[in-house]
Amino acid sequence: MSEPVLSIRGLTKRFGTTTVLDGVDLDVARGEVLVVIGASGSGKTTLLRCVNALVPYDAGSITLDGVEVGYTAPGSGVRRSDRALSAIRADIGMVFQMFNLFPHLSARDNVALGLKVTRGMAKREAVARAEHWLARVGLADRMDHLPSQLSGGQQQRVGIARAVAMEPKLLLLDEITSALDPELVGEVLDVVRGLAAEGMTMLMVTHEMSFARDAGHRVVFMDQGRIAEEGVPKEVLGNPRSERLQRFLRRIELRTE
Amino acid sequence: MIEAMIYALPFLGQGFLVTLAVSGLVVAGSLVLGLVLGTALAFGPVWLGLPIRAFADTARAIPLIVLIFTVYYGLPALGVNLSPFWAAVAALTLFKTGHVIEIVRGAITSIAAGQMEAAKAIGLSFVDRLRYVIFPQAVRRFLPPWINSVTDSVKGSALVSLVGVVDLMMAIQQVIGRTYQPMPLYLLGAIIYIAVNASLSVTSRRLEARFARVVAS
Amino acid sequence: MDYHFNFTIVWRHAWRLWWGLGLSLQIALASLAMGMVIGVVLAVAYTDGRRITRMLIAGYVEFIRNTPLLLLVYLVFYGIPSVGGFAYDATTSFIVTLGFYAGAQLVEVFRAGLDAVPPGVVDAGRAIGLTPLRNLFHVRLPTAFRVSLPALSNAYVSLFKDTALGSVIAVPELTHGAQWINFNTFRILEIYALLTPIYLVTGWIILAALRLLERRFAIVRPQ
Repeated sequence: MSEPVLSIRGLTKRFGTTTVLDGVDLDVARGEVLVVIGASGSGKTTLLRCVNALVPYDAGSITLDGVEVGYTAPGSGVRRSDRALSAIRADIGMVFQMFNLFPHLSARDNVALGLKVTRGMAKREAVARAEHWLARVGLADRMDHLPSQLSGGQQQRVGIARAVAMEPKLLLLDEITSALDPELVGEVLDVVRGLAAEGMTMLMVTHEMSFARDAGHRVVFMDQGRIAEEGVPKEVLGNPRSERLQRFLRRIELRTE
Repeated sequence: MIEAMIYALPFLGQGFLVTLAVSGLVVAGSLVLGLVLGTALAFGPVWLGLPIRAFADTARAIPLIVLIFTVYYGLPALGVNLSPFWAAVAALTLFKTGHVIEIVRGAITSIAAGQMEAAKAIGLSFVDRLRYVIFPQAVRRFLPPWINSVTDSVKGSALVSLVGVVDLMMAIQQVIGRTYQPMPLYLLGAIIYIAVNASLSVTSRRLEARFARVVAS
Repeated sequence: MDYHFNFTIVWRHAWRLWWGLGLSLQIALASLAMGMVIGVVLAVAYTDGRRITRMLIAGYVEFIRNTPLLLLVYLVFYGIPSVGGFAYDATTSFIVTLGFYAGAQLVEVFRAGLDAVPPGVVDAGRAIGLTPLRNLFHVRLPTAFRVSLPALSNAYVSLFKDTALGSVIAVPELTHGAQWINFNTFRILEIYALLTPIYLVTGWIILAALRLLERRFAIVRPQ
């Protein structure tokens, strides 16, 4: 783990008068699995959405391999053109809490769409790669199914395949198991574990503490739009310094018991 | 009664074609304009959306006959000379566009916001997001109300007779002017309009079924 | 473009517009009342009736729905007297036309309203010993009516717009008044620049007023 793929400096985001992100500094190294935890409203999801340029932000900078993400230059305040944004987003994968699969497309076409349209791959090549990734997430026999014909866990695995098939430099995972029935969480996290083992760079928001402990390289605790604590998972989760983190971990533990 | 109808039929052919032409032009024109303006209303900035909304609301709130007279009598006063046929087609198209804008906007905004975000996340440009993700889903919500509005266009086309265009309605009036037998002719006219609309709804139901199968969610 | 606006001539005849507006609102109200009677009766007949009744009602609804209103206006005003050997004045004829036209739409509205009455409520009526007819008048119709209120308001505004077609058989309503001024003063643009906002604003006002009224009849009232 050497040079940072993602570099966030002084990121500030306000909704009206509420400050959701308050000067966040964060680096994600190549191949690193960085887990973000925090109570709802602490700004974790907004952080991911800023990184993928889904929402504008008020100050600071976000760079991917040295290139400013949402704006023409750090602090310029000028949004990039739609085309430039698309090119950058193609290098950042995102998996959503509510899956957000395209309901009118089969699992195969959900994965192949970005390859064909964004990456400009030939149809056969795109389909081959889509099928490869669907097989990787254990859905070789579900390629022709529409999202409505799949279980939540299967849908989310399609969501992961859709994101990683683009071979992104960075994968964003936004509470990807929160909408799942408990018995389906494992199959999705296993896929993520496999990706981590292969060196995929990931920025992951989750409430699965045991997963954070054994699969995360580093944990960041966000509180009121700031990074309150960070370090290796065993330290941060096993030996929380602030009272707020202690309280947060107790609440999570109670819920998962 | 039946003889009067059979006598009249040959005189109605030309007018029937004009009715089909007016309806077809209006449906096609309003579809194109409505798609563009409705999409702009759904995604565009406020300065673009406000005039579109004002136009759509006005077009839908005033009687069609008033719109036709306004265009037919008003344009020459402004120095624009259109034939009655094109003046009527223009007025009907404006009217119908107001409806299509509303249908398009409704269909688009019924698609969950997450769809747009997921499409952005795989790097699709705005046009591609519409083409591959939003429109294929929106079309299913768009079709039923739009098909109803096509029937309305056929019925509304009868108003072009009021500015002297010889459509089916006018042709019926002309035959009545010769035979003085209004009842059989009006009933015959109703039957023809009903037949056109019935065949339209059969076609459209097939179309709807096809799209419903494609998006079985 | 060398058109010079001149509203003074138009103002001299403006009473025809206000008078016509009043008539338009009354025609819409009369035809709504007639349409409601037709709608309720046929909706009950459809819901409780046999197959043949249903088919006849569906035939009436489809006939009206697929025929241009203009043709219906002519049919009632010129067609029916020609075979019936009697005559009536244009306004009456037009109200009857719009009434049947509204009736076809309101059958659907009231049918949906009757369908929306929860079966448990009907059972409750039966349980307190109401005869089917009493159950209809005291339980089913009042409930269906309240569900249908927003659709009735929309129908009224829509009928108000449709009154403009009365001008083709010289009913002296709003659009006819405008045309009279147009043909007698040739102040074309002024007249239509006036007519369009009159329809717009009147439509808004009556819809807003009816929405207030709806709230008074609503089953679930804000506390």
